[in-house]
Parts: sequence; structure tokens; C-alpha cells
Amino acid sequence: MALYSEKVMDHFRHPRNVGSIENADGVGEVGNAKCGDIMKMYLKIDGDIISDVKFETFGCGSAIASSSMATEMIKGKPLSEALQLTNKAVAEALDGLPVHKLHCSVLAEEAIKSAIQNYYENKK
Amino acid sequence: MIYADNAATTQMSRAAIDAMVFHMENIWGNPSSLYEFGQKAQEAITSARAKIAKCINAAPNEIYFTSGGSEADNQAILSAAKVGAKKNKKHIISTAFEHHAVIHTLQKLEREGFEIELLDVHENGIVTPAQVEKAIRPDTCLVTIMFANNEIGTIQPIAEIGAICRAKKIPFHTDAVQAAGHILIDVQKQNIDALSISAHKFHGPKGIGVLYARKNFPLSNLIEGGAQEKGKRGGTENVPAIMAMAAALEESCANMAANTKKLLTIRNKIIDGLNKIPYSILNGDFEKRLPGNVNFCFEGIEGESLLLHLDDRGICASSGSACTSGSLDPSHVLLAIGRPHEIAHGSLRLSFSEYNSEDEVEKIVTAVSEIVEYLRNMSPLWKDKLSGKKDFVLEA
Repeated sequence: MALYSEKVMDHFRHPRNVGSIENADGVGEVGNAKCGDIMKMYLKIDGDIISDVKFETFGCGSAIASSSMATEMIKGKPLSEALQLTNKAVAEALDGLPVHKLHCSVLAEEAIKSAIQNYYENKK
Repeated sequence: MIYADNAATTQMSRAAIDAMVFHMENIWGNPSSLYEFGQKAQEAITSARAKIAKCINAAPNEIYFTSGGSEADNQAILSAAKVGAKKNKKHIISTAFEHHAVIHTLQKLEREGFEIELLDVHENGIVTPAQVEKAIRPDTCLVTIMFANNEIGTIQPIAEIGAICRAKKIPFHTDAVQAAGHILIDVQKQNIDALSISAHKFHGPKGIGVLYARKNFPLSNLIEGGAQEKGKRGGTENVPAIMAMAAALEESCANMAANTKKLLTIRNKIIDGLNKIPYSILNGDFEKRLPGNVNFCFEGIEGESLLLHLDDRGICASSGSACTSGSLDPSHVLLAIGRPHEIAHGSLRLSFSEYNSEDEVEKIVTAVSEIVEYLRNMSPLWKDKLSGKKDFVLEA
């Protein structure tokens, strides 16, 4: 479908890191059902490294692709680096998103930040 | 490929293509030209006008060719409003789930000082004649209510509404874009003053349609420019498209009974199959709906994802989710029948024509069932419902 890049369609058709992590160290959920997209991220942290990440998404093609791409971009990375991930970087890694779908990449960034914040709160 | 989006557009029929090509190749004169070669084109469109009029039981001089359904809707509504404004009658009655060609035209009039009253269409997607009767006021200048809804396929009680309008001497327009060629239209018996038709919804070409306007319906122009269409619509007639439209409508109307029978079998089998998916619901009345329309909501998933996966399996369908509408809100039709936003996002419309076959039913039901299950398994919303953290909206 020409609406999306090949990369978006690849991540939509074969999403990476789908699922949940039992006893995750950090969990973040953003979005709401009314707007039609919810993203949930689960993190496993070793030291300050994200050793594993999983996601669950209710949403459109670009929401699923953005979640998938975002998890790939932070897996194995230090928390400090994951916190730097921007929605723009996610969208660029997907070879771009249609303008009215850019909020999906924003949700992905927010979901990661929310999960990391949850990790720090759990650690306190 | 399984094409199940006939409410969006249809494949052109052989008869329509042949009529189109024949007139492109042979009858390409200007119908307004005096010489015989031009007059041949004039004769052709005269015959098309008569054929189309016959299909809806109108007189040929009540048929105006337009660029399609949207133009016909615009012209009918703006014409009635113009007359209304002159008499200081600026109240228009319509419904909450009209096509955007009607809604946006009404909104434009609202900004110009008209009062637009949109009637509730209830959970079954049908407005009642009593509602219309109650809404009519001394300053009502138009009632415009669609014949059949484009998303959920529900058929409105047009004849009864028309009778009320006729008795109260209020012009009645109906957007019959989804109805023409599919269910019976009789502008006499159904008391219709103006009606819009679009050729590409019944195997005709895109870019051509009809505005039927009864003799006393006061038409004003959207397009100035010439004496075509009795001076009500300027521009050289699109002869090949007009001929193709007439051929397509004639064929659709001639085969209506057989097509309906076939479509009802396909439609009802699909509905039975999709009803087996837990937490799903058919949108719109089951009985009073177009023979080729299926529209469901599936809880816990989003419609665009469903469409993309169906596309991967070669199935063309449509959805009323926000993501497919390009706006933040899901379909106004689904909201109008009371579906909450969350549920409306998970909608699927399958619309069939006589070119579909019963063999496709099982493939579609299997594909939709599997994809819904797959998407639910990755949906945090669905998980929260299963665990009891959130409530289900639909019944199991």
C-alpha cells in the first residue's frame, strides 16, 4: 500500500518484540481507547542496560510499526540513550510516516519514556 | 483479489465499457452542434436520458446530468436553500449520518445563517417518518434524507417521509447514491422531489451522475456556461460517460431481482460467520439494509490494521476508524448510531456486488476471524478487558 513505506509495512507485518515481560522492571502505557491507539512497553533492565523490551499495541498500522521500530532502537541500549530517542528518529528509521500519522511515533517515544520513568519509580 | 468495497466504487460492466468506447470512437461530436454529426451525439444522450428516467419512473426532462453524486447533492440542496432564503424560510431537516456531500453543504448553509436540524437515526440506523413530521416548521425549506446509508447500508422509509413532505408542501431531496441500481427507486410512488445518483456505484464510470429534479423543484445553477441541461448545468456533456451510465443503470435495474437474491445469500452468510467472533456487533438494522452491505465492529482492535492485513490477503474492504478517515474522530455514522469512539475505531465495512461470488464468503470470514484474533492478542486494551481491568462494551 503506497500510504506507507516498505519499512513501515515490514514492521507492521512482522512486528519485532511483540508481547509482554513477566515481572518487568518498568512498564509504561500511553494513549487511550477513545483516540484509537494505546501503546504499552515492558522493559527488563540489567545494570543500566535495557536487556529486553516488549510491546503491546492497540492501533493502526503506523502505531504498530512505530512500536516495533522503537523497541528495536532501544534494545540493548543504556537507559540514558533510550531516553534520548525522539519521535523524529523513530519516524526517520521507518523511512517516514504520513503527516497525520506522526502522532504514532510520538506515542512510541512517550511509551518508552513512561516505562523508564516507571523503572526509576520502582527502584526508589 | 477479492473486491469487497463496492460501496466505495464498482468495477465497470462490459455494457458500460462498450457504450463508453463506442461513443468515444464514433459519436464524438458536440451535442450542441447543429450539423448531423453533432446531432447524433444529442440523440444519444436523449436516449440515455429516457433510459435513466425509466429506471426511476421519472420523466426524461426531469433528468439532469452532473459530474456525480456530490455535485447533484450540492445543487439540489443549494437550490432549495436559495428559494427558502428568498421567502425567509431557513430551516432544513436532515439526519446525523448523511454523506459528507450533504453534511458539508448543510454546514456551509449553517454558516450563512440557516438552521440545520439533524434527526437522530437511532441504534438501528433508521430515521422515522414521525420524526420528520414533528421537525417540520413553517419556515422549513427542505428535507434531505439519504435513501440508504453508505457505511451501514440501512434503508430509510423514503416513501413515507416523501408523503409527509408532499402533504406539507416542503421539497424533499434524497441522496440515492447507494440505492440506485441496487434497490427499487420510483420517484412517483416514493414522493421524491429531487434525487442524486452516481454512476460508479452501479458499474458505470466515475465522474458522471444524475440529479433528478421534479418539474416544480426550483433548480439554480452551480455551473454557468451554456444551454446544456436546460441551462441548469453548463459545460459540454460527457457523452461517453452518460452513455455508459445509462447502459449500467439499465442493466442493474433489469437484473435487480436476481442480483438481490445472490447478494442476500452472500451478505447473510458473511453476517452469520462474523457474528461468531466474540465481542462483535453488526452495525445497522439487519432487515432494512442494502442487499450487499455488511458492517461490523470488533471490540479491542483498530480498523486500519485489520484492513492492511486483509489487503495482504488480497481482500479489499473499508473501515470507519479515525485512521482511515484522516481525522481524529471515527466515522460520524457509527457515532450517530451510538457506538462509542473505542468501538467505532474497530469497524469493518464489506460491500458486495453481483460480481462477487459465494466462494468468497468462507475466505473472507476466515481471514477476518484470524486477523481479529491476531490483533486482539497484541492489544493491551483487549488484555485489560480479558483480565477484568476494563469492562467489555459489546456482548460476548
